[in-house]
Amino acid sequence: MAASLNPTASTHSVADRWFRGLTVAAAAFLVLLLLAILLQLGRAALGALQVFGPVLLTGRTWDPAGATFGILPFVYGTVLTSLLALLIAAPVALGVAVYLAELAPEGAKAPVTVAVELLAAVPSIVYGLWGVFVLVPWLRDTVQPQLQTWLGFLPVFSGASIGFGVLAASLVLAVMILPTLAAISRDVLLAIPRAQREAALALGATRFEMIRDAVLPQALPGIVGAMMLGLGRALGETMAVTMVIGNRADISLSWFAPAQTMASLLANEYAEATEELHLGALAFVGLSLFAVTLLLNLGARGLVRRVAGSAARSPGGAR
Amino acid sequence: MRFRTLMAAAVLVLGSAATARADNVTIQGAGATFPYPLYARWIAEYQKAHPELRINYQAIGSGGGIRQLLAQTVDFGASDTPMSDAEIAKLPGGVVHIPATLGAVVVSYNLPGVAGLRLDAKLLAELFSGRISRWNDPALKGLNAALTLPDLPVVVVVRADGSGTTALFTEYLAATNPSWAQSVGMGKSVRFPVGLGAKGNEGVTAQLKSVKGSIGYIELAYARQNQLAMADLGNRAGRFVAPSFVSILAAAQAKSSALPADLRLSILDAAGPDSYPIAAFSYLLLPRTPRAPEKLQSLKAFVSWALTTGQPLGASLDYAPLPQAVVQRGQELLSTLGKP
Repeated sequence: MAASLNPTASTHSVADRWFRGLTVAAAAFLVLLLLAILLQLGRAALGALQVFGPVLLTGRTWDPAGATFGILPFVYGTVLTSLLALLIAAPVALGVAVYLAELAPEGAKAPVTVAVELLAAVPSIVYGLWGVFVLVPWLRDTVQPQLQTWLGFLPVFSGASIGFGVLAASLVLAVMILPTLAAISRDVLLAIPRAQREAALALGATRFEMIRDAVLPQALPGIVGAMMLGLGRALGETMAVTMVIGNRADISLSWFAPAQTMASLLANEYAEATEELHLGALAFVGLSLFAVTLLLNLGARGLVRRVAGSAARSPGGAR
Repeated sequence: MRFRTLMAAAVLVLGSAATARADNVTIQGAGATFPYPLYARWIAEYQKAHPELRINYQAIGSGGGIRQLLAQTVDFGASDTPMSDAEIAKLPGGVVHIPATLGAVVVSYNLPGVAGLRLDAKLLAELFSGRISRWNDPALKGLNAALTLPDLPVVVVVRADGSGTTALFTEYLAATNPSWAQSVGMGKSVRFPVGLGAKGNEGVTAQLKSVKGSIGYIELAYARQNQLAMADLGNRAGRFVAPSFVSILAAAQAKSSALPADLRLSILDAAGPDSYPIAAFSYLLLPRTPRAPEKLQSLKAFVSWALTTGQPLGASLDYAPLPQAVVQRGQELLSTLGKP
């Protein structure tokens, strides 16, 4: 018996080693790919960086014809529209997820889940077209005038109502990231052990208290992970944003005003750029998009760690 | 025995590969999107008569076409604007510009009930820089006494993506308004003082249709196919001319009497009573030192065919034919290719 154990064990360990090697290779490939992209972008951006220095990051004027490049308006537009989209989408997504995981009767679960997944599969150009032909006219003629009437004293609701602008882009993005947020949050909630819920109920908690005290704190890191994925999609979205944001390299307090995001700018200008400096500045925009995504991710994770305290360290986050 | 069979097989394979190489020539081209429907038509028609030739044209934009040409990844490029001297200098041997067709930029607007709006270069610059911000501005009424212009804000729509259309439009404004040349300048991507940006002719069209009181610039062919309202523009002779084949051709002919040797010429703001002021040639760009010399004869034959037999094919696709003088000069330039 003992003799026959040995060869089996050694084949196992060989298979294990192979498997381990494969996974390491896959992980290393991903890291190398990222580094290669960063290196390539960095090299392409170097020329423009040498000419403009830090103004490239802090400048507010983007004028290819005048060879003046400052990317601050795009950083502002990207962060503003993505965070607004997250702010709008997150509560709705959480509601959908809690409903699907905890409250929905069996008969309702499947259709709602399918609807959420279908939304995730809609191509972004379709969202863009919906934005141009449905959302923008509605914002221009109904929503924005109303906002201006009641909340016009806030600078974010000031200015002419054209429809194309920050608000339209944020709403389109919110709809686009909603399915990602909802589907992953639901999976996270479902991964919370059943015993935990039963314990809460046994202690006399109502259903709401059970969700609030026993399920959500455990699920928080996973839900934040879902939000980061959604945010990533919002930050990198090009087509749908280009179609509704109005594409202006300006920083305006008003959410009714047109703006521009980094991804949308790249899609717009890269194909026709021939000047070295213009191409370099565009590469720098790409590099900055990397940095913004990374910073937002780190920031959110830090926030979660502080808010959730011990819950973040427990293995409750299943994602 | 076995060796001999192998040899025979190898010879057969090699032989067929060699004949395949001799018979099937693939020519790669890339560049402007504006003439793409016309080029696709030309290629399809030409290949019917020359099945051994394959021509791939990728509509990646004028700037992309120039970049690919300079990187020597294509056999020819195409651009709506001629290459600058600095760009040409980057390619050893230089680049030959062959005009292939004519295009024009029209000014479209969304003012319900208003047809036949008249604008001149000065008003255009004032509209697109935001100095005229309402449609009932007295300056607009001066040229359009017969029209009832509404009390609406002017919403300017421009191209957000780099494009030859923007280059042509801003070059015209800069050439006719010194203050525009100073403050905005010209190029494929410029910083307009006001306005919404949209991607592509289709994006501008969508925004024009969506916003009442909007005004923007687009390609003639695109505006015709989408039946947009087009303004009559004042030309150098002081007449107001609607964009059409006739008025574009008039502009090209007005400048054809004194063609530059390399055919890089602007027909913006052309003289002559019937000339439309914002028109231009769209070019095929051929390297003087081809990356694949064995393909040169095939490429020359195709371009020569496009300049002659190909020209009338453009009419049904809304592309104006070239003036005869330009075709002739193009042929002459073409024949110098491949000769020391």
